[in-house]
Amino acid sequence: MKTFNRVFTVLVFLFLYIPMIVLAVASFNAGTDIAVWKGFTFAQYGALFRDDVLLPLLANSVIVAVIASLVATVLGTMAAIGIRAMSGRMRRVTMAVTNIPLTNPEIVTGVSLALLFAFAGQMMKLNNVLGFSTLLIAHITFNLPYVILSVMPKLGQLDPNLLDAALDLGCTPVQAFFKVIIHEIMPGILSGALMAFTMSLDDFVISYFVYGPGFVTLPVEIYNYTKKPLQPKIYALFTLLFLAILLVMVVMNLVQAGDERRRRQARGVFGKKGASA
Amino acid sequence: MKNKALAAPYLVWMAIFTVVPLGIVIWFSFTDSITGAFTFDNISRMGTYLPIFLKSIWLAILSSLICLVIGYPVAYCLASAAPERQRFLYMLVMLPMCMSFLLRTLAWVALLDDTGIINGLITSLGLQPLPLIRTDGAVVLGMVYNYLPYMIMPLYSVLVKLDPRLTEAAEDLGCTPAQVFTQVTLPLSVPGIISGFTMVFVPAVSTFYISQKMGSAGTTLIGDVIESQFKAAYNPNLGAALSLVLMVMVLVCVAVMNRFSDGEEVATI
Repeated sequence: MKTFNRVFTVLVFLFLYIPMIVLAVASFNAGTDIAVWKGFTFAQYGALFRDDVLLPLLANSVIVAVIASLVATVLGTMAAIGIRAMSGRMRRVTMAVTNIPLTNPEIVTGVSLALLFAFAGQMMKLNNVLGFSTLLIAHITFNLPYVILSVMPKLGQLDPNLLDAALDLGCTPVQAFFKVIIHEIMPGILSGALMAFTMSLDDFVISYFVYGPGFVTLPVEIYNYTKKPLQPKIYALFTLLFLAILLVMVVMNLVQAGDERRRRQARGVFGKKGASA
Repeated sequence: MKNKALAAPYLVWMAIFTVVPLGIVIWFSFTDSITGAFTFDNISRMGTYLPIFLKSIWLAILSSLICLVIGYPVAYCLASAAPERQRFLYMLVMLPMCMSFLLRTLAWVALLDDTGIINGLITSLGLQPLPLIRTDGAVVLGMVYNYLPYMIMPLYSVLVKLDPRLTEAAEDLGCTPAQVFTQVTLPLSVPGIISGFTMVFVPAVSTFYISQKMGSAGTTLIGDVIESQFKAAYNPNLGAALSLVLMVMVLVCVAVMNRFSDGEEVATI
């Protein structure tokens, strides 16, 4: 049973990675048809670096993802602190609102924002409101719940004595937050920000309904592309992005593993109190 | 620190960009696209879209079930691996989700196409090519492939927290491995199953890209119809009505499943 389970798991991982393999192989293909192998070449990578369409679109995606995740992280962290101070009905309503973008199908979120922007455009008598700002607003909106849901548990684990100690030692509440609390909840803030960034970077469905021709992101352009045959240099871009994300994830893994090992050792030397200090 | 006001900017933001837009969806659903007058026309046209709704629900349920059957052994294998390896394997499950889902779907199109990679292999063996793409099966494959990680993750987080002493106790009390699984492990993983099922079902039932690329005219899903109302036919009022019905349907499904999982939790105590 155990061997069967292992073999099965390996097969499922293979299934998950088949498209990556296909696209990586296609990035070295001399022909333009993804299904026909015409010999090995680095030409797609050369074409990619000389390209002046794809890279600016990738830059657009990164710009939106960075700004949206930063704004969502600041607003979301503040909100998480505020929500913890709430109780009863107000808290339930706030959490229900937070859950709306999470449970709603993406297409409904996209459509509802598109209608809002169209409505606002009519009110302001503007012909075309869709563009960078509408895209940014949409991304901040769907990022916020992810930040809140990853910061709230960290606030729950917070030792209330820490805040009291900081206040007793003469901090103002604001100082106490920036000198003490923020360091304690930092893992939650960081993982929320990272999640928001990756969601933004690869978002297609919501962006598709709220983008304007003046500011296009990479996923939207890939969708518009696919009506014509795809340029093979996009496979080269995909392969490079895959390797970059793989590298980041492996490094994060090693850092976390090292961190845990150090903590375990520290616990061994100083006992439990020493490790948590 | 104990300051509710800190949530004020967030609440204002969500009111404007989440609650008001849903209100506009409802308003559009009940108005005429040209005159703007109040009407039930859009909602009454939902009947003609019933087969498409049913098809979307059917394919999404099928995909969720397949994801469960495939994802459970994987989540189990992950949860029972050594801690260092567990983290690495979990990362491998998450990694595909960070990559462009459009391109990954296109890679499947390249694999399954009539003149694609798989049919190329088949014909080089001297056999007839198979009709793989533009079938219901291809759409289900696309859904399973894209949303499988959403099933594995919640299953894994439930299974990894499972107290090993419970299964040991069951073994000591004379359960066979199959009984341990059906009477202890499986009932305790119901919350993970419910949340995985929802996380696969919701995006699958509302997808339009997968059905456009891997399906045929016969596999037009509700997402395709909504998309075309906004991007091709431009009847936003009908599109809004369809979105409203889709949203209500999903909310009811999620509520029913949550009710179900709460009941299970009570039952296990």
